[in-house]
Amino acid sequence: MSTIAHEKYEAVIGLEVHAQLLTESKAFAPVSTEFGGAPNTQVTPLCLGHPGTLPVLNENLVRYTIRMGLATDCKIAEKSIFARKNYFYPDLPKGYQISQYETPICYDGSIHIEMEDYDKTIGLTRIHMEEDAGKSIHDQDPTDTLVDLNRAGVPLIEIVSEPDIRTPQEAYAYLIKIKQIVQYLEICDGNMEEGSLRCDANVSVRLRGQEKFGTRTELKNMNSFRNVERAIQFEIERQIELIESGGEVVQQTLLWDPNKLETRQMRTKEEAHDYRYFPEPDIPPVIVGEEMLDEVRSELPEMPDVRLERFINELKLNEEDARTLTENRQLADYYEGVLQHLDDPKAVANLVMTEVLRVLNEESIDIRQFPIGTERLAELIALKKDDKINSSAMQQIFNHMLKNGDSAMDLAEEMNLLQVSDTGFIEPIIDDVIEQNPDEVKRFQDGKKQLIGFFIGQVMQRSKGKANPQQVREIITKKLN
Amino acid sequence: MAVTNEDVKYVANLARLQLSDEEAEQLKSDMNQILEYMETLGELDTSDVEPLEHVTEISGQFRKDETKQPLSHEDALKNAPDADSDYFRVPRVIE
Repeated sequence: MSTIAHEKYEAVIGLEVHAQLLTESKAFAPVSTEFGGAPNTQVTPLCLGHPGTLPVLNENLVRYTIRMGLATDCKIAEKSIFARKNYFYPDLPKGYQISQYETPICYDGSIHIEMEDYDKTIGLTRIHMEEDAGKSIHDQDPTDTLVDLNRAGVPLIEIVSEPDIRTPQEAYAYLIKIKQIVQYLEICDGNMEEGSLRCDANVSVRLRGQEKFGTRTELKNMNSFRNVERAIQFEIERQIELIESGGEVVQQTLLWDPNKLETRQMRTKEEAHDYRYFPEPDIPPVIVGEEMLDEVRSELPEMPDVRLERFINELKLNEEDARTLTENRQLADYYEGVLQHLDDPKAVANLVMTEVLRVLNEESIDIRQFPIGTERLAELIALKKDDKINSSAMQQIFNHMLKNGDSAMDLAEEMNLLQVSDTGFIEPIIDDVIEQNPDEVKRFQDGKKQLIGFFIGQVMQRSKGKANPQQVREIITKKLN
Repeated sequence: MAVTNEDVKYVANLARLQLSDEEAEQLKSDMNQILEYMETLGELDTSDVEPLEHVTEISGQFRKDETKQPLSHEDALKNAPDADSDYFRVPRVIE
């Protein structure tokens, strides 16, 4: 396939993202949403679709959705209603999903993404509230499907974008941005691999300059951010090749196969969809008054874009560092927590971005599980800043702090790493080093000045890291000239 | 627009109902009568009337985000036509 043919076309992509909300209880029933419970132990008669049960709307489902709406510049509907989406599937025992149809609670928003060479705003058509289905397990029993209804009724929001996305890379950036926003808002943990964030993509291609959309296909089953990017890339190429070879794109749902890295047609025994939506009679209209809006607005945290700007402008960090530190809210909170105890943004940023992030990666843990608290870390950096320890000592102490709760100062003393600036301690060591290395001394005096590093290294080694390298350099230079 | 036999079959299939020919015929006639009645209502000008979604005037009834005791696992599975010790068991739904 030549790139020339590819360049004749552009893709039109819209994403539907489902985010599972971090409420304590389900959307319409007072039972836990916690993940990982034994099958069918977090259910009520409502979750099982028993007759005579009535849904009662969880206040936080509404509040969390409004948070998302406000954070993405949506309009918030003063009145919206729920609707029944009717279909039969065993993980949906009521025979309908409670969702929103004609009147979503949030609409007309936008999300800003930054690409390498340009910025772009992606429109949001709507964000609506709905409930999750249970879990069907097809591969554990040789003949039947098994159903766990713990997830049935867990609250979701569906975020629907305008068809504004043009490349798989933009789709990736858009998703990462949604993940960052929901994490900042603390309404969803944003984990695609575990299914708390899910994404379907509508993809079509058209000749550049053409206004009319091509026939689209819907992609499902992309369970990681990279898979979304890959699947869309694959589908764009498939459609272009199909059209170029005289074929026609058929509107259909395709499943991404993450092992074969290709899309294939979805085959189920489900019939063609005709959901026959109608207003949910059991739930009164959702009215969002000014008072509630103000409350939710006041709960909003500083959003990532604003925080990024502040880190660059007020803390004087470079853009790359500021971006890394604000990528997730907890890390940014931790960083600023350290600054509360030590006002040195650059030094703190350095240690957090090298050592702290290294440990988080190696141990695959979250900053919230990181063993060194902000005050202890600040103390360690302060020791270095005040020249009480050198860089290598800072690293050694840091590694020990991971394992025990002692303060940096105690460890520095215990490990004998405090720098000694007392010339009475350092001078004899320097004299020994000079005396025992006559060749190097001669070469140094003959002009091989880079040997200063060798002498400093020797002194540092013999002082077991306690000498202040700056001071050592000064004394040696004086003595050898 | 009269309801046809095909319409009746389509709707019955969506509702997972199996109808005999006589039942289908009867339902077709019922549905046509209902639609005719609706035509009568359609004579009224409702362009200025908001759609009525709910007959009660209750709104904004929220529940606090709190959990209560769930149904016991045994009770949850008790009425299932088929189940194992953990799961509901249903005929296979994918090929």
